[in-house]
Amino acid sequence: MIGISNIIFLIVAAIGIGLFVWQIRKIRKNIQLGRDLVLEDNPSERINKTLLVAFGQQKMFKRMLPAILHLFVYVGFLVINIEVLEILIDGIFGTHRVLGFMGPFYDGLMAVNEILAALVIVACAIFLWRRNVTRVPRLATGVEMRAWPKMDASIILMIEIVLMFALFAFNIADLKLAELRGHELAGAFPVSSMFVNAFGADAGTLATIASVGWWIHIIGILAFMNYLPSSKHFHIIMAFPNVYFSKLVPKGKMTTNPAITHEIKAMLDPSYQPPAPEVDAEGNPVIQRFGAKDIEDLTWKQMMDAYTCTECGRCTSVCPANITGKLLSPRKIIMDTRDRMEEKGEHPAIFRPNHYKEMGVERVETTEEKTLLRGYITPEELWACTTCNACVESCPVNIDQLSTIMDLRRYLVLEESAAPASLNAMFTNIENNGAPWAFPASDRFNWADELYLPSKN
Amino acid sequence: MAEMAANGQEPEVLFWVGCAGSFDDRYKRVTRAFVQILEHVGVKYAVLGTEESCTGDPAKRAGNEFLFQMQALTNIEVLNGYNIKKIVTACPHCFNTIKNEYPDLGGNYEVIHHSTFLQQLINEGKVHVQGGEAFKGKRITYHDSCYLGRANDIYEAPRDVLAALDADLVEMKRSRANGLCCGAGGAQMFKEAEPGRKEINIERTEEALATLGAEGVIATACPFCMVMMNDGVKNKEQEQNVKVFDIAELIAQAEGLTK
Repeated sequence: MIGISNIIFLIVAAIGIGLFVWQIRKIRKNIQLGRDLVLEDNPSERINKTLLVAFGQQKMFKRMLPAILHLFVYVGFLVINIEVLEILIDGIFGTHRVLGFMGPFYDGLMAVNEILAALVIVACAIFLWRRNVTRVPRLATGVEMRAWPKMDASIILMIEIVLMFALFAFNIADLKLAELRGHELAGAFPVSSMFVNAFGADAGTLATIASVGWWIHIIGILAFMNYLPSSKHFHIIMAFPNVYFSKLVPKGKMTTNPAITHEIKAMLDPSYQPPAPEVDAEGNPVIQRFGAKDIEDLTWKQMMDAYTCTECGRCTSVCPANITGKLLSPRKIIMDTRDRMEEKGEHPAIFRPNHYKEMGVERVETTEEKTLLRGYITPEELWACTTCNACVESCPVNIDQLSTIMDLRRYLVLEESAAPASLNAMFTNIENNGAPWAFPASDRFNWADELYLPSKN
Repeated sequence: MAEMAANGQEPEVLFWVGCAGSFDDRYKRVTRAFVQILEHVGVKYAVLGTEESCTGDPAKRAGNEFLFQMQALTNIEVLNGYNIKKIVTACPHCFNTIKNEYPDLGGNYEVIHHSTFLQQLINEGKVHVQGGEAFKGKRITYHDSCYLGRANDIYEAPRDVLAALDADLVEMKRSRANGLCCGAGGAQMFKEAEPGRKEINIERTEEALATLGAEGVIATACPFCMVMMNDGVKNKEQEQNVKVFDIAELIAQAEGLTK
């Protein structure tokens, strides 16, 4: 049964999968540019979270309509992948619907597949409508939503629709062929059977359509897979590890830099012996920046965040600074991180980073500096953050936008002393009188002077 | 506290007053209201008085980790010196910092926010919410503090406290995990806002006013939120109709503890 087409298929599949693995390795390398961080505590809690938030789509359900539509596409993706497995086997061994021996189970699987495929088409069409016609603000506006991110989203939706149509074309033609030949086709096809006469009754044409549909579907999937690393759609893979490695401690807890602790302890107590500094391969002490200026100052988890972002804009749409017209957009912080990481490290096949200066975006006053800070993200954005965690709360894939904002802020303050003047005044007050306002510490207990207590007065 | 320690006594709980509670004229009234409640129920409490110092929260959120750790390590030395085990505070920023960030620096205490503390007092029947001002039928809306809510998942305690008042509790459209920040967090309290269309506190106050209608109370549980909401109400010239109170003040009023 194995003929020339099987060999062609094998070659196409090998190239497709090989390219994908090659691209994944690049991304892995990029993520590894980040600082070390150990996130191996509480595996059971992490698994629970992954099941709820990633597999269970828990946080999507804060917004009902997109949640339900997204669920169709998500479940469709998972279930139709079982059929892809069959396609691979059929393609390699020249079999036809090799899983058909499973009988009623196969019938059920095919029926569910068909219904899901139809729902995927409906959902993707509505998504395209929301992006391009009704232009839902969080999807259509924002300085970071330039030509490429918008086009990327529409490309993905259209590919998904084409893939589903190819699947239907294959099923319809296959079904009609079986009918003409007078034998029963394995599987149940509730959608295709409605359109069984769509392609006429010529056996030759039908065989061609079935085979073209089959090939478009499989080549489409391989192309789609290789498009993912260039796209926001990469979240379909990254969402799972990103949720697994997400923050388990209360959102209000920010990281503490132990290097600073040692420094202060040594300052307060001259006999304190700080641990020996880390050394690199050549034995030179590693001098770490305080805070983050560029991507290598961020942790690998913050890099992973950037690869997980779907650019859905939920974070930006709930950001109090953004709502009131400030420049800050948490989504932009994450998208900029990915752009800068791919500019500095490895980059995928399609790579169109947002260079705001070159694009003439008025509000984002970036500089020529080749760093994440100032080259992409301006201090004005960072200082607009109220650290309210609304962005973190809203993210369906547990991205921690705030941690990146904080690390960039820390660099501004600790390495450049570039805080706004009023904040410097606040620092001075804390240093001098132990309060952010300029009141003498000796007045701290004065509130009790006017205390009225029925028991004592 | 120093006095108590000199007499060889240890408090059940240390009341961490915070900078706003110590220096801000409006928030000093909250401090006093909370102390009145503590006295009323007979809890053995102490305050650090002039030995207290900023937790370092605004410095940390502004990016000054160095100053934060200076403050934290100094405060931890004082707290550990008095062998403090339990801390209550009316400031969500102090609460978050001491509870979540001090342990990494050697400060391990049981830290509770005054909303949870008041909730416990009401549940235990130590506060009856009787004998003072009646709130029955009054419209109250609770504004979530980010550092209590999203930062530490405390949404119900302040609402339970307000529910004891038997008032007409109304929720803003954005509440609990979806609550909108007052605009003061992350050290914004101490600086001008970046250029934009609107101030965040105005956006939030408008939402509160729309929820309350003609008159009512905006309840807060955070000194920064209180300042921002008060400013917002003044900006909208609604201070005659809409008052901003901390949940501790409302309880003290209902219990008849204030003058």
